[in-house]
Amino acid sequence: MAKNIQSLERAAAMLRLLAGGERRLGLSDIASSLGLAKGTAHGILRTLQHEGFVEQDTASGRYQLGAELLRLGNSYLDVHELRARALVWTDDLARSSGESAHLGVLHQQGVLIVHHVFRPDDSRQVLEVGAMQPLHSTALGKVLSAYDPVAHTEAMETERQPFTPRTVTDAEEFEAMLDLIRARGWAADVEETWEGVAAVAAPIHDRRRMPVGAVAVTGAVERVCADGELRPELIAAVRDCARAVSRDLGAGRF
Amino acid sequence: MTDAHTTGPFIAAIDQGTTSSRCIVFDKDGRIVSVDQKEHEQIFPKPGWVEHDATEIWENVQEVVAGAIVKAGITAADVKAIGITNQRETTLLWDKNTGEPVHNALVWQDTRTDSLCKELGRNVGQDRFRRETGLPLASYFAGPKVRWLLDNVEGLRERAERGDILFGTMDSWVIWNLTGGTDGGVHVTDVTNASRTLLMNLHEMRWDERILQSMEIPAAVLPEIRSSAEVYGNAKGGVLDGVPVASALGDQQAALFGQTCFSEGEAKSTYGTGTFMLMNTGETPVNSYNGLLTTVGYRIGDQKPVYALEGSIAVTGSLVQWMRDQMGLIKSAAEIETLASSVEDNGGAYFVPAFSGLFAPYWRSDARGVIAGLTRYVTKAHIARAVLEATAWQTREITDAMTKDSGVELTALKVDGGMTSNNLLMQTLADFLDAPVVRPMVAETTCLGAAYAAGLAVGFWPDTDALRANWRRAAEWTPHMDADTRDREYKSWLKAVERAMGWLDEDTAEE
Repeated sequence: MAKNIQSLERAAAMLRLLAGGERRLGLSDIASSLGLAKGTAHGILRTLQHEGFVEQDTASGRYQLGAELLRLGNSYLDVHELRARALVWTDDLARSSGESAHLGVLHQQGVLIVHHVFRPDDSRQVLEVGAMQPLHSTALGKVLSAYDPVAHTEAMETERQPFTPRTVTDAEEFEAMLDLIRARGWAADVEETWEGVAAVAAPIHDRRRMPVGAVAVTGAVERVCADGELRPELIAAVRDCARAVSRDLGAGRF
Repeated sequence: MTDAHTTGPFIAAIDQGTTSSRCIVFDKDGRIVSVDQKEHEQIFPKPGWVEHDATEIWENVQEVVAGAIVKAGITAADVKAIGITNQRETTLLWDKNTGEPVHNALVWQDTRTDSLCKELGRNVGQDRFRRETGLPLASYFAGPKVRWLLDNVEGLRERAERGDILFGTMDSWVIWNLTGGTDGGVHVTDVTNASRTLLMNLHEMRWDERILQSMEIPAAVLPEIRSSAEVYGNAKGGVLDGVPVASALGDQQAALFGQTCFSEGEAKSTYGTGTFMLMNTGETPVNSYNGLLTTVGYRIGDQKPVYALEGSIAVTGSLVQWMRDQMGLIKSAAEIETLASSVEDNGGAYFVPAFSGLFAPYWRSDARGVIAGLTRYVTKAHIARAVLEATAWQTREITDAMTKDSGVELTALKVDGGMTSNNLLMQTLADFLDAPVVRPMVAETTCLGAAYAAGLAVGFWPDTDALRANWRRAAEWTPHMDADTRDREYKSWLKAVERAMGWLDEDTAEE
């Protein structure tokens, strides 16, 4: 058996000691039950406290389990909550860009569309909520792959199918593209999934800066691009929208 | 790209609502430029009584108007008109010499006039004034609230008869103050707000002498009834000094206007805590024999008034809140969809949320909530599905009543309000109605309606066709359910409704 990290074992023991029922313990109780020097126990407790896993009662100085620990088990953001928060912002994104807006989250090996706002031109359109998109070629999928490690693993391990001559399938090339996305803060798909269609996407973060989804505008390549380049005002609009939704979810300004 | 946000001119809309006052600045495309909002205190002096401090409300209105103008980075010169929309039926009396309210405003939800309404019904009952006003005698409406104040505030009746007291719903209060208050403020209301007083004759658009006599309300307190879209006066003082005040519409009528339901048969439904559905019935008031209200939809300047049928559902969003707060089955309102989506159907369960009786089209105060069709198979996910289906079936019952009363088949339903973010509910709605359900791009249809009416009055927009051109479809749900399933499910729902009725014994139902 490989050697375990002693301080982590001790931290785990402390959490177990504090867990269960109404438990508030002082430093000396904790130190003596675990057979530790007070100074050692205090150092570990302070670290746990800094991470939010342990809280110290100001009046008595005793320690108890922290709220962060409870949140760990409940951290999953409901996609319908995400849609409700994003509604106003995605409406405005579609309106200002003149293109359709989509909200996507990672689901199994792809992107699940959880919200779709029609292109505001009164043409006949079908609601795409519930549809799946590939991770490696769409703007939404690439943003998720760049920011969410689980999506990244999925994108690397699943076969990256070439949908058009422009689809990036080579692993090294794909990683380089994700680096660029992380550096710029947005991803594009110019005819990499569908001929004639281009999209721009940006990541949505929750209050702990975890990537929880992505928002995109999608439209005909001749409208989304000008002179062979993505229109900068579209990129700005998508990023503004993603930031506004993130702020609504409690993420700090960035 | 149409992102020409900062170039004016603009319209400012004030929404004086039940829980808060808001101001939204709109541009010519009907896009939101800025928003400011402030909540006010809900005062509950006794069970069933609900009041607002009108002075606080006027201060908040001034604050949010200033806030929205500053956030937009504009000045009064950029604003072509101010539009007003408001919580309906909430009633205020104030002294015209001092501008002081004589009592807190009595809010529409306040039920203190229940027994007064029964008394006023005499031997005829709640339909005594229905032919003239389109409304049943019920505690929501403003007329009986005025009577209560005149009877219960000491010396008020004498002051009112001397001509020192003014009555108004919140539109009148805001307009009077905006246009100068004691310094020449105009005392007006619009046809939609007046149609909720139980005092206006729907056919003539005038205060009804006979009803005023029956309710013992002196005509001297009443505001002048004007159209919903015309210049009532100019703002005096404040950040919008000199800007024309050019529209007033009750909130649900404003949403009808904001959804551009300008043709006969067009309808909108607003899904909030409760749900309000209005259908445009054109230039004739349609009497309801199916428990709906007849009301004024809007009137643009000196054009003919446009009427509407209204149906309300007491418990929709609040049922989801109940699942969250009282049952603890979900942690957030949005989670109802997650839970409901985890099953294919309702598992045979039906939830009739008749928490305070059944409203339109039944009007049964002896009904109480039931969950019917339970078996061992049913899980909380099935109940969650039944919760969403309850909102959809109740909408179907109202659209059926509207079709019966108006003879017009619903071709599509325009929806707005918070619950439109629930995709499963919207799809269920389309399935149960067997009609497309359409969500517009601007969710703030109430403020937008007030802005539209004000903009029409000052020529900012040329006509209602221009407003229609602004309307954008954000999403559309089309029906997928086969007719047999729909009919079978509807039958089961109606059976469940039957089981909810008559739960209270007659003497307790009177309470």
